[in-house]
Amino acid sequence: MENKIAQLFKGHSTPNLNVYFTAGFPELGSTTTILKTLQDAGADLVEIGMPYSDPLADGPTIQQSNTVALRNGMSIKKLFEQLNDVRDTVTLPIILMGYLNPVLQYGFENFCREAARVGVDGLIIPDMPLVEYEEEYQAIFGKYNLSAIFLITPQTSEARIRKIDELTNSFIYMVSTASTTGNTVAGTQNQLAYFERIKQMNLKNPKLIGFGISDKKSFDLACRYAEGAIIGSAFIKVIQQPTGLQENIRDFIHLIKSGEEIFS
Amino acid sequence: MNYSVDERGYYGKFGGAYIPEMLYPNVEELRQKYLDIIYEPSFQEELDELLRDYVGRPTPLYFAKRLSEKFNTKIYLKREDLAHTGAHKINNTVGQILLAKRLGKKRIIAETGAGQHGVATATVCALAGLECIVYMGQIDTERQKPNVARMKLLGAKVVPVTSGSQTLKDATNEAIRDWISNPEDTHYIIGSVVGPHPYPDMVARFQAVISAEVRQQLLFKEGTEFPTYVVACVGGGSNAAGAFYHYLNEPAVNLVAVEAAGHGVNSGLSAATSVLGSLGIIHGSKTLLMQTEDGQIVEPHSISAGLDYPGIGPMHAHLYDSGRAKFYAITDEEAMQGVVLCSRLEGIIPAIESAHAIAALHYMQPKPDDIVVLNLSGRGDKDLQTIINYLDEQDGK
Repeated sequence: MENKIAQLFKGHSTPNLNVYFTAGFPELGSTTTILKTLQDAGADLVEIGMPYSDPLADGPTIQQSNTVALRNGMSIKKLFEQLNDVRDTVTLPIILMGYLNPVLQYGFENFCREAARVGVDGLIIPDMPLVEYEEEYQAIFGKYNLSAIFLITPQTSEARIRKIDELTNSFIYMVSTASTTGNTVAGTQNQLAYFERIKQMNLKNPKLIGFGISDKKSFDLACRYAEGAIIGSAFIKVIQQPTGLQENIRDFIHLIKSGEEIFS
Repeated sequence: MNYSVDERGYYGKFGGAYIPEMLYPNVEELRQKYLDIIYEPSFQEELDELLRDYVGRPTPLYFAKRLSEKFNTKIYLKREDLAHTGAHKINNTVGQILLAKRLGKKRIIAETGAGQHGVATATVCALAGLECIVYMGQIDTERQKPNVARMKLLGAKVVPVTSGSQTLKDATNEAIRDWISNPEDTHYIIGSVVGPHPYPDMVARFQAVISAEVRQQLLFKEGTEFPTYVVACVGGGSNAAGAFYHYLNEPAVNLVAVEAAGHGVNSGLSAATSVLGSLGIIHGSKTLLMQTEDGQIVEPHSISAGLDYPGIGPMHAHLYDSGRAKFYAITDEEAMQGVVLCSRLEGIIPAIESAHAIAALHYMQPKPDDIVVLNLSGRGDKDLQTIINYLDEQDGK
């Protein structure tokens, strides 16, 4: 069966909105509520962060959500339990994002087996070395029909981008600028030149731009150069509001996709 | 068995480079260039001159007569506390600043626990005229005030880190995040034999000057280059790496690594990574680290800010795993007694880190004819307030 992420990009030409949230945040039991609300509100794919004590590439907002989620008792084991029946109601492609150490402690193949069993479609493990992926993990990803999603940055060499394009079968995660998560896409000349350069490379995989996408304006800018964009920290700020979780999510997604405010 | 790094950056099963893509170009640039640069004759010449005239090398190998009498053996102290800025850390920062200049970097970042590495980095940045930003856990800025003042005086910006345990681990995370955000003009001077390849190997090579000198000095004093024991404390492990380096493949020399047990190995407040740790990834390398069964990093504890780290360098993990080095874990209490012992018997106030190594002598039971070389990695001035508090408590004040 074709991977859901690949299917999405084949049959869906409009800009794709990928939303990141941290599992177990703001409450331990929020995960499935957020997933369903995102689907109903019109998100195109979701990225569930597996909280980690030391998230190196993340800015303060996501770091804080990781800390809270861990304090709430979230773990990979718990997340798989929560996702057990998720495919009964959620059809969106689901990606898990997390650092390699907790995955290794779970057991790499066990992790992939469980991920596939609950219906996960892809994994982002930002500190997994490309060479180890090729030598050890690619076969396991393949066995469980999971897509490996790799990041590229403005500093990634052309040769390496081509290599990543060759190894990928879903999309390329294009980090918008040299920063941790949670900054804002400024649309500087350098940044636009980078977006244009990657666009001109005619890669076989679609690209989603992430890091610094926080509102309608930055989402639209990213979508001029890529097949969609990923929103993380800005969404974490939405769900950390003390009340109205589902309404807040709906309002935010609607605002990003249509540009219209809803006053619910 | 080989104890040096292999071509892919591994020591046995430990090492490698587990980094987000944002750091890949920086780390790759270093990996490709570091050996060529540091073995260029002009680099070596400049480094040797600085180590001699600026750092004050060679540091003495001092026969500690009264400590020797106390333990009924022959104890030599390698006096890294007499190096400029008061610790071995300067050996590495002098090397890395020359490297950073050759790489064309304009901005230097560093992490620090006890502050010795921060001071050493601020010092070489002043020397080289480069901007310097030092990340330090908020708790460490409070317990190491004199070093914070020194760094500022030297022109560095000290950034207190309030995330996580607010100690060395979190300072390292923040330094890495800075590097992610400034990939082109910035060099990250890591202060220990930790981090992604090539850092552990590069830092070990810069610290190897310690064992190179010990071999020469011991030959002159004892007629042999080979002591029975080389003893050093291990947080990340840079002074131990330097003291062990030229003895790694000399099996007759016993390598002794001393970790911080904190309140006791099984107290829940410890930094004894070799005992409490398991295989995992921290700060870009696969090594032994203290973690939960879910792979979350556990907060360490040591009275010494310099040893308050939940991992050890991959070289040391391999030395432990292969049995090449023997590891001891020394409590806060034993280390403080070590501070007092060294101060009163030898007139040398050691850093609390080094005092862990001194305290291990009680367990090692060397024979009268054995030669023990103990790497006195730093001086205790920076720890004076902690030491005074301890002595006051002892006196019941």
